[in-house]
Amino acid sequence: MTVTPAVTPAAGGPPPGGPATAVRCTGLRYSFGAARAVDGLDLEVRAGEVFGLLGPNGAGKTTAIRAITTLLRIPPGMVEVFGHDSARERMAVRRLLGYVPQQLSADGGLTGRENVALFARVFDVPRRERAARVAEALAAVDLTEAADRLAGTYSGGMVRRLELAQALVSAPRLLILDEPTIGLDPIARTGVWDRINEVRAATGMTVLVTTHYMDEADQYCDRVGLMHRGRIRALGTPGELRHALAGPGGAEPSLEDVFRHYAGSGLTGRDNDEGGDLGDVRRTRRTASRVG
Amino acid sequence: MSADAPAAPPAPVVASPQLRLLLTPPPARRGWRLVPARVAALCAIELQKLRHDRVELYTRAVQPALWLLIFGETFTRIKAIPTGGIPYLDYLAPGIIAQSAMFIAIFYGIMIIWERDSGVLTKLLVTPTPRAVLVTGKAFAAGVKSVVQAVVVVLIAAVLGVSMTWNPLRLLGVAVVVVLGSAFFACLSMSIAGIVLTRERLMGIGQAITMPLFFGSNALYPVAVMPGWLQAVSKVNPLSYEVDALRGLLLGTPAHLWLDLGVLVLAAVLGVGAASALMGRLAR
Repeated sequence: MTVTPAVTPAAGGPPPGGPATAVRCTGLRYSFGAARAVDGLDLEVRAGEVFGLLGPNGAGKTTAIRAITTLLRIPPGMVEVFGHDSARERMAVRRLLGYVPQQLSADGGLTGRENVALFARVFDVPRRERAARVAEALAAVDLTEAADRLAGTYSGGMVRRLELAQALVSAPRLLILDEPTIGLDPIARTGVWDRINEVRAATGMTVLVTTHYMDEADQYCDRVGLMHRGRIRALGTPGELRHALAGPGGAEPSLEDVFRHYAGSGLTGRDNDEGGDLGDVRRTRRTASRVG
Repeated sequence: MSADAPAAPPAPVVASPQLRLLLTPPPARRGWRLVPARVAALCAIELQKLRHDRVELYTRAVQPALWLLIFGETFTRIKAIPTGGIPYLDYLAPGIIAQSAMFIAIFYGIMIIWERDSGVLTKLLVTPTPRAVLVTGKAFAAGVKSVVQAVVVVLIAAVLGVSMTWNPLRLLGVAVVVVLGSAFFACLSMSIAGIVLTRERLMGIGQAITMPLFFGSNALYPVAVMPGWLQAVSKVNPLSYEVDALRGLLLGTPAHLWLDLGVLVLAAVLGVGAASALMGRLAR
């Protein structure tokens, strides 16, 4: 398995850990029993960029996301979000985050507006501006007309956009999306990404996204990190990663080829084509089944 | 490996009047004020869900109605249970209110597991809400749901001729007792959920402990008629204290209200502590 970065350091980048760094992981490790899910992850996500974390099932992407979002107990010094330590300053970190998990997590027993209002309340949006802020978040994802319908009647794409509104209502500086378009049809996928890009353009927020869809990563991410067996194996802009793999005079490979090169070469032996554990597969299938 | 790539293109920040409010993070609520705010938010959710779908409320009313109508009416005629001079149906009604509230709360852990599986819990755990406050909010939300159910059972009891107080202060006391009792049983259920982690196991355990808790309390008969070992069970069973308080408040029978309230508050606090400690297992 190669661990050589695909892209060399660029001069003049923002200082590590400085205000221009949204997320900094330093030697992040996390194990579930004997299984090491994340194994010395070093990563920086810059403020304002859309960063894609790619990798096969079981690569450690979701575990890394869960460490960044304070869901996992990790030792201090491993993860910082805008300079706040994820282990020591959990509440401060959470106030900066908007999080959309892999599952379709809107509550079908509540209307779209009530779903968003809940998150406005738990992020302490003052009562006087709550209704207006919820309405803005719903408008930002094109759900104004459907806002007073039960979320249980929404299509998969609408639920995803509703979850986006839930995440946006607290004006997060870092939006974290775990497989946001899994199971969606191409039109719904485009709809979700269009809303992400519009809001990002309007707010300047940082977006950290995991995805299996290489075309999405290529099209929408400023930089991507290819993760395999708990570590980043290649890092750069999609174009840089493609160039780095292209032979002299040869045709430029697709990002999918790059993905196969870094992840596929490590899939011999124990993993082969069965990446991810039962939980990963179950979660993915459950989401796909709810999307219909 | 660290950030090795060139800087990302700066995000073009476009001032949009439509997203004006979404540009500013809300001010953080700090200290003790965070607790009632989160509890209110989570209780509001329960009420909103009940407003949209009342089927559960109606179907859950069937069992207490049957207990009062069949068991209560029959044992009133048999006169086999010493009730201190009041009709058995009256004696039974507070026990059935407590039972129906407990049945709601004891399966609350299933909802937590569903929320874990659907990602709702994960999202709540990433909000600025400490786990103990989240558990407290969930416990009180179960309490609110139980109070709505208790109102239905009180109305059924009234229709069946149970002579209860309609003093608003006493009814407020009934609501407080039901909330506290349900908060404890919801925490018990969430704690078990944190241990067993699956709905199937929790269903099994919930069914296994519900009836012993019910029969091992003073809901159906006075503690004095129980065998010694069952009296011991009843003494450590919070349901007994809940029923005792409800009887005292609703019927005016002799009760140990302060002791009952003290035990229920202590049980709820211990429950919140246990469920909070185990919540991390659900978050993993």
